[in-house]
Order: sequence, then C-alpha cells, then structure tokens
Amino acid sequence: MGEWWTTVPIESSLGNFDISSISHATMSPSKQNNLLSMYSSLSLSKSSYSVISAFCTEDNIPQCISYINQELASLGLSSTCIEASSPGAAGLNPVPALNATYELLQIHRRTMCSLEELEREQLKKSSTLEHVQMNNSRLKDQLELSIREKSGLHEMERQLQLKIKTLQSCLKTEKDEVQKLQNIIASRASQYSHDAKRKERETAKLKERLSQLLVDRKDKKLAIDVLNCLGRSDGKRSHWKTAKAAASHEGEMYKSLLSDYEASQRSLMLENAELKKVLQQMKKEMIHVLSPRQPSIRGATADDSQEQADSDLEDRAGDSSRGSLDKSCEHAREQLTNSIRQQWRKLRNHMERLDSQASQVQNQLESNKDVISRETHEDEMERMRREVQQCKEFIDAQQQLLQQLNTSFDDETAALLNDCYTLEEKERLKEEWRLFEEQKRNFERERTNFTEAAIRLGREKKAFEEDRASWLKNQFLNMTPFTDRRRCSSSDGQSALSIRSEPEMRMSSSKVQLPKSSTYTSFSTPKPAPSATVPSTTELYRTLRLIPDPSSTRHSSHGRWHESSTIEDGESQVKAKSRLRCGDLSIFSLGEDENSLT
Amino acid sequence: MNFSEVFKQSNQLCKVSPDGKYLATCVQYRLVVRDVSTLQILQLYTCLDQISHMDWSSDSLFILCAMYKRGLVQVWSLEQPDWHCKIDEGSIGLVSSRWSPDGRHILNTTEFHLRVTVWSLCTKAVSYIKYPKACSKGIDFSRDGCYMALAERRDCKDYVSVFVCDDWHLLRHFETETQDLAGLEWSPNGCVLAVWDSCLEYKVLLYSLDGRLLSTYSAYEWSLGVKSVTWSPSSQFLAIGSYDEKVRILNHITWKKITQFEHPSTINNTKAVSVCKRSSICLITYCQFLLLPAPDEICPLPVQIPVVKPDPDRANPKIGISSLAFSADGRYLATKNDNMASVAWVWDMQKMNLVAVLEHTSAVKCFQWDPKHPRLALCTGNAKLYLWSPAGCVSVQVPAEGGFQVQSLSWHCTGDSLILLGKEQLCLCYMETEQEDK
Repeated sequence: MGEWWTTVPIESSLGNFDISSISHATMSPSKQNNLLSMYSSLSLSKSSYSVISAFCTEDNIPQCISYINQELASLGLSSTCIEASSPGAAGLNPVPALNATYELLQIHRRTMCSLEELEREQLKKSSTLEHVQMNNSRLKDQLELSIREKSGLHEMERQLQLKIKTLQSCLKTEKDEVQKLQNIIASRASQYSHDAKRKERETAKLKERLSQLLVDRKDKKLAIDVLNCLGRSDGKRSHWKTAKAAASHEGEMYKSLLSDYEASQRSLMLENAELKKVLQQMKKEMIHVLSPRQPSIRGATADDSQEQADSDLEDRAGDSSRGSLDKSCEHAREQLTNSIRQQWRKLRNHMERLDSQASQVQNQLESNKDVISRETHEDEMERMRREVQQCKEFIDAQQQLLQQLNTSFDDETAALLNDCYTLEEKERLKEEWRLFEEQKRNFERERTNFTEAAIRLGREKKAFEEDRASWLKNQFLNMTPFTDRRRCSSSDGQSALSIRSEPEMRMSSSKVQLPKSSTYTSFSTPKPAPSATVPSTTELYRTLRLIPDPSSTRHSSHGRWHESSTIEDGESQVKAKSRLRCGDLSIFSLGEDENSLT
Repeated sequence: MNFSEVFKQSNQLCKVSPDGKYLATCVQYRLVVRDVSTLQILQLYTCLDQISHMDWSSDSLFILCAMYKRGLVQVWSLEQPDWHCKIDEGSIGLVSSRWSPDGRHILNTTEFHLRVTVWSLCTKAVSYIKYPKACSKGIDFSRDGCYMALAERRDCKDYVSVFVCDDWHLLRHFETETQDLAGLEWSPNGCVLAVWDSCLEYKVLLYSLDGRLLSTYSAYEWSLGVKSVTWSPSSQFLAIGSYDEKVRILNHITWKKITQFEHPSTINNTKAVSVCKRSSICLITYCQFLLLPAPDEICPLPVQIPVVKPDPDRANPKIGISSLAFSADGRYLATKNDNMASVAWVWDMQKMNLVAVLEHTSAVKCFQWDPKHPRLALCTGNAKLYLWSPAGCVSVQVPAEGGFQVQSLSWHCTGDSLILLGKEQLCLCYMETEQEDK
C-alpha cells in the first residue's frame, strides 16, 4: 500500500509538465477520496483517542449520542439509532450501538475495498500512462533525431550547392580561359601564316634570283654526257610538240577518263542489277514470310489444306510481284520502292510484335531466373506446406505408434521410453533447480543485509530515543508549570516532533530510498548511507514500505519532485535491469523481504 | 625457308630489277649487278663517288646512280656495259633524282627545290619545271606511266600540274584548296589524284584527272591532321592515317568515310583478334611457312599494349599512323602507330575489323606485303625476320654471322624471296613454295 502511495506522485511527475498536470487531474478524485478516508480515519482515531478526554464525558453522553446519531443519519444509517440505555443514565443501549458500529465497520470495509480497487486501477492507469509517456519520449527522441538528420541534410545540401556554385564559377572562368586561349591561338595562327607568307615570298624572290644568277653564269658544268642517244622505250621516234599533239593528249586523257567512268558505270550497273535481284528476292521472301503468317495470326491452325492454299496464294503473290518488278524496271521505280517499303513496314511490324513477344518471354524467363516469380514462389510454398503437412502426419503417426508401443509393449520398454522422456525433463528440472538455488542464495544474502540494516536502525532509534528523552527532559526542565502536561507529552509533542522532523524525513527518505532502489536491482543491500539525522521507527518502517505513509501524501505536493526523481531513477533502473534479468525475481525478492520482516 | 650468304652493301642501296631477274647493290662507289637466281655477279660498274641513290629503269635495262653531294647522276646500261651517261647538275646542286616511267628520262630536283630538270636520254634534251614544291611527296607518276602530277608553289598558293610523261606536255594546271600541300598520290587506276594538306590541317582533296575537285574530306579541325595516305590496290578505298591514332577509310563512290580503325592501347573484346607477342625465343623453321601454325605466343585477351607518350613540346610528335600498307589482293591493311612503335596492326578490309596485333620486343622498322600472297614481312632491327599470314605468324633467326641486324626488307616481285638489308650487309631469304617441294 505504501508502495502505491509513493508511486502516485512519481507517475504524476514523470515526463513533462502538462502530462503531469493531466495525471494530477485524473488522479485528483481518488486522492481526494483517499484524503477523505484518511481524514476520516484520522479523525476517527483522534476521536477514539480523545473520547476519553474531550468528546464524551460522563456529562455529555446524550449530546454525544445525539451528535453521533446525527452523524450516522448524515451517513445514511438512519435506521439504527444509538440510544442511551436509560434516559439519564450514563450507559448505552448496546444493540443499536453495536449495529451502528457494525454498519460503520461495513462502510469502512467497503470504502477500503473500493479504495483498493481504485488504487489498483490507478496503478494500471499509471502503468499505461508510463507506457504512453515512454512512447512519447521515444517518439520525441525519434523526432529530435530526424530533425537533426534533416538539419544535417540541409547542411549537406547547402554545402553541395556551395560547391556547385564554386564549380560553376570555375567552369565559367575555364570557359573564359578557353575563349582567351582560342583567341590567342587564332591571333598567333594568323600572325604565323602572315609571317610564313612573307618568308615564303622572300624565299621565292631569292630562288628566282639564284636561278637567274645561275643561268647568267652559264654554268658550264651543267651538262649531259651520253655515249650515244637511246631509242625510245616504245621504239617510236619522238615527235614535236604541236597543237595536234596537245589535242591528242587531251583526247587521250578524256578517253582514259571516259573508260574509267564507263568501267565504274559498268560496275555500278552490275551492282545495281545485283541489288535489284536481292530486292526482288527479298520481296518474294517477304511475301512468303508474311502471307502464311496471316492465317496463323488470325489464330487458324495450319493444316495441309490450308498450307496448300497458302502456297497457291504465295505463288500468285510472287507472280504479281515479279510483274510489278518488271514493270518497275521500265517505268515505275517509285511503285516498286513503295511496295517494298510497305512490305518492309509490315515485316517490321510483325518482327516488332514477335520481338516484343519474345522479349516478354525472355523477361519471364529472366524473371524466373533472377527473382522467383509469383507462381513458382507459390508453387514452392504449396510444396513446402504439403511437406510440412506430411511431416506433421508422419510425426502424428509416430506418436501414435509410440503410444501404441507404450500401451502394448511390456513395462520394461515403457519404462525405457519413459526414462527417455523423463531424462530430458530431469535435465530441465536440474537446470531450474540450479537457478532456484542461486536465487535463494541471493535472497539469503539480501535478508542478512536487511536484518543487519534493521538492527542498525534499531540501534540508531534507541540512540534517538535517548536523545529525545534528554531533550524532553531539558524541555521539561526549562518549561514552567505542569499545565497541558498530558497533551504536551502525548499529542502536541508528537506533532511538534513530526513537524520538526518533516524536512529531515524527506531528506532521509530520499537518502534511504536511493540505496534501496539499488537493492531492488542488484539483490544486495548495501549499508544505508549514514544519515546525519536519526530516523524514527515509523520512518524505518516507511522506508521499508511496511506501513502506509500518511505524511507522504501530505508533503507529496511539495516534496514530490525531489522524491519522484530519485525513485524514478530507481524504477528506470529496475526496468532496465528487469529487462536483463527476469522481472518476477525482483518482485519475489520484495515479497520475501516483507515476509522476513512481518 | 633458306637464306643466302651475306653480301656487302652500303647506304642500304639494294634493288631487284622490275623484271625480277637482277639484283643491283651499291658498295661505296661501286655498283654490283647480280643474277637473282644464282647470285653471281653479272656486271660491276664504278661510279665517280659514293652512291647516295640508285634506281632501276622500268624496263630493267638501265640503272641510275645519283651522287647528291657532287650533283652528279650516272646511268649504266645492263645490255651495253660500255655505254655510259653522266649528268652534271653543276653548282645548282641535286637533292633527288628519279626515272620517268618510260625509262628514257631522268628527273632531277635541284637544291632549294629551284626547279625540276628533265633530262632525256633519247635526245639529250633538257627541260625545266619551275617552282616545284618542297614537300614529302611532291611528284607522283600514275601507275600506267602516262601522267605525272607535280605539286607546285607559287605566290604562297599550292598548284598541281599534271604532265603527260610522253612528251612532258602540261596537261592540267590547277590551284588546290590547301593551306600547305604536303603530298599527292594517284589512285592505282590513274583517274583520281588524292592531295592532302600538311599536318596542321586535316584536309584530303580528291581531284579528277582533268583537274576537277571531286571531293574534300576533313575529319576534324585544330588538331594535327593527316600523317599518311594510301590507296587500296583496287582504287576502291583511300586509307588516311592521322595523328589522332586512327585510320579512316574512304570509299571511291561518295568519298565518304566507311569506317575508321582505332588503335586502342588495350585490346579486349574484339572477337577474332589474335595478338602475337614475339617472344625472344626464336624458332628456326625450314618448313612451309604458309601452312605453319602460329608458333609465337598468342596472348589471352585483354592485352595491354605499351604506349610511349610523345613529348608535346617537340615538333613532329611520335604519335599517329605513320605507315599504311595494303596487301596485294587488297584484303588486308597493315598499319603502324608511332606511339606504339613495337606493334604492327593488321586489319581485314572485308570484315572491316582488326585481325591481328603483332607485338614485338623492339620498334618495328619496316614492313612490306608479299606482292603475290597475303603475307606480311616485318623487321625490328634485330637478327630476326617476322612474317605474318592469316594462317599464323612466325619469327625466323637470320642465320648469319657477325650480328646481322635486319634494318629493312623488300620482297622480290614474285614473292618467292625476300631481300633483307642490314646495316652494311644484305642477304636473301627464299620462301620455299609447295611447287618447289613437289
């Protein structure tokens, strides 16, 4: 119960602000309820305490009775009515009083029940809330991550853009450079050609001059010395250069040119004829290819009669084509080329169609090869399913057989088989036993730790009591007359003490809770941090979560943040740890702790 | 495969006559003519100075020996050993000398490309062609020997003159749309003249015989352009090798690019490519070359080809396709990329793909196709001869003493033998054919 009480503010303070406020809002009724009940219980207890002193005295029994009756009526218990046993006498009629008490007890139990239920519900809600908050935080992390990523990408993009810009500027400068260089090249080329021309002219002039000089010098050496002149290689005599000769040369030249052209024309003619032949054949073949296709395209099956008809058709087509070709040789070349073109187009379309079909088939094949196609995949799946089914059947049959064997065969074999079964079981159990043993050891260690802590705490408490006694003594000695001695000693003193110790308590509780959370996780209770203040028994118990802490609810409104943060840590640690180990272990340890102490 | 004994030669001047009967070699200032089959010395001529250039006339009757330092050309007759001819270019100098296709005229280019002098051996007549352009390939005769195209430079403009070789009549003279003409070449059928610009600009122009511009081709701008150009034997294709390490093939009808052959440094997924790595281990074989399987290492793909990065600060960077050669049947094209100098590439012109990559230990010095069969001979400046055919490839150690290092090679016109030129020596390599075996 105390556990739940501490978790309430924890939940409410988890996560960010508005969520906590929401949780606060949702939780407020139950809290109120709790508070109410607490208050009532407190007041009850108070009243029970003070009944002796304040509420009911010998003198005011009727008033008290009336007051209680009133109260009961306000609680809806009007049926029962406490009466005085005898008017004027200081005594109660026990039956209605007992009834009223019983009713009150019933009410109290019911409220407790409902309280428990509410608390459970709240726990559930708090856990879902926690889950939601966790989710939320995770999503927030994701969001943050993605935002960071986005910003990173933005940065990259910016950099790339910058790069592009620089590259573009680079390109521009390069282009400029290229342009400049081209201009330079052009100017240099023109300069060079100009210079070259100038030099060449000079050279030509020099050459002219040189030859002039050489001619002028009448170079005696320049001579031919032949023993006797030779005849021409063709045996003819040389002839004079005349216009006739020149004309004949021209004629010769043209003759040779003409012959060359004639030869080339002849070869071209030959080629042309050859090409025509090819064309004709092509056309024929095209017709041949196209005509029998048509029926097959139409979907008719090619039987013998059909083929016969086709061949007839083809012959006719061939004749017609030949005729058209012959005609074309004389007149209509256009016609021929057109018809050929048409045929060709047809053929091409057909080819394309075939090609697409082929490619489809190819694609299918390829897809079959590369990625398992849906069909094959399904086939495979079906096959596997069948196989699995078969295996299952097989196993069933085997099991049946085994059972049969178990039943039918003698005990020995059955025992053997059982042994076979149990051996495995044993192994498993052993393993579990080992685990259990380990856990037990852990718990034992923890328990010793705990008892040690308890002893220490007891010792500290004792010291504290002594302290208090001395303090009280001092107080007592300092104080004046014995008025309100009882109150001072009982209720006021307690309240003063509680007030005084409130911050300390908060401190100590947080301090004790911190190591305790670690015991939660690591199964070993370290020594509680030596606190400067000495905790009280109630505090000890509170820290041990054995009794509900009434003050925690009270100072939850201001001390919540502090506490919750520490416990949240602890819880998260528990969570983290319990993810590593099994979760029920920690619960188990708690339970044992309680067992060991209560 | 057999090897002859080793003979001396100088300046790598060694040529088989066009009819395939004689072998002329120069040793210092002497010219030695041997019989190819017997290798016996038939004639021995002595020139006035160390010979720097030697050439056979087209009818295999005369041999031209040029001594550029002295500005002299001496011509020897095989039939009349007593006959002699001496042409002196005098103080104007001489840088190049060649036969005209008829074998009766000699074209001398003077120093500074002042002029081209045409000497007639028939009439002793001399004619000058002025303003020849100083370029790598400024003169080209058509295959049938009828026409000569000559690159000229006048007033900072390029011109092409087409002469009739018969009487040196100027048939056509036209300006070309080039910045700086670098070379010209007739198509094998003699009807199309390919003209290309210098490496500063990728430009190939195709002119008809009568001077009409047929087409212009340019693959790209700004970067270094054409490095080599070759016609296929059928005149069907024009292969252009360029500094971007690619060969572009133009067709003869539209003069557009059909395909381009790239020379990647990594050869991976190309299907039918065999990469032959010539290991240092040499195989001496006396068996049928054409039937040989490849004894060389065939590398598993992918293959990484060693690439030398050219120095960008130096002129004429060692990068790009410097040599192109079609096989005699036009089926294969062999190429060499300068920054992968140790590798020769063989391409199939029918399938338009790479057939073989021949990787060697050192740089390929020279390669030449057999004029009769589709087989390629290569040398890399070591003592080995490398051969490739579609059936496979083989490397053969030249069995000569004294470290015979093959610097250059040339096929005999029948494709039966191969002349291997070392630094100071030469030897003949005979391919045994099946007929001989039988």
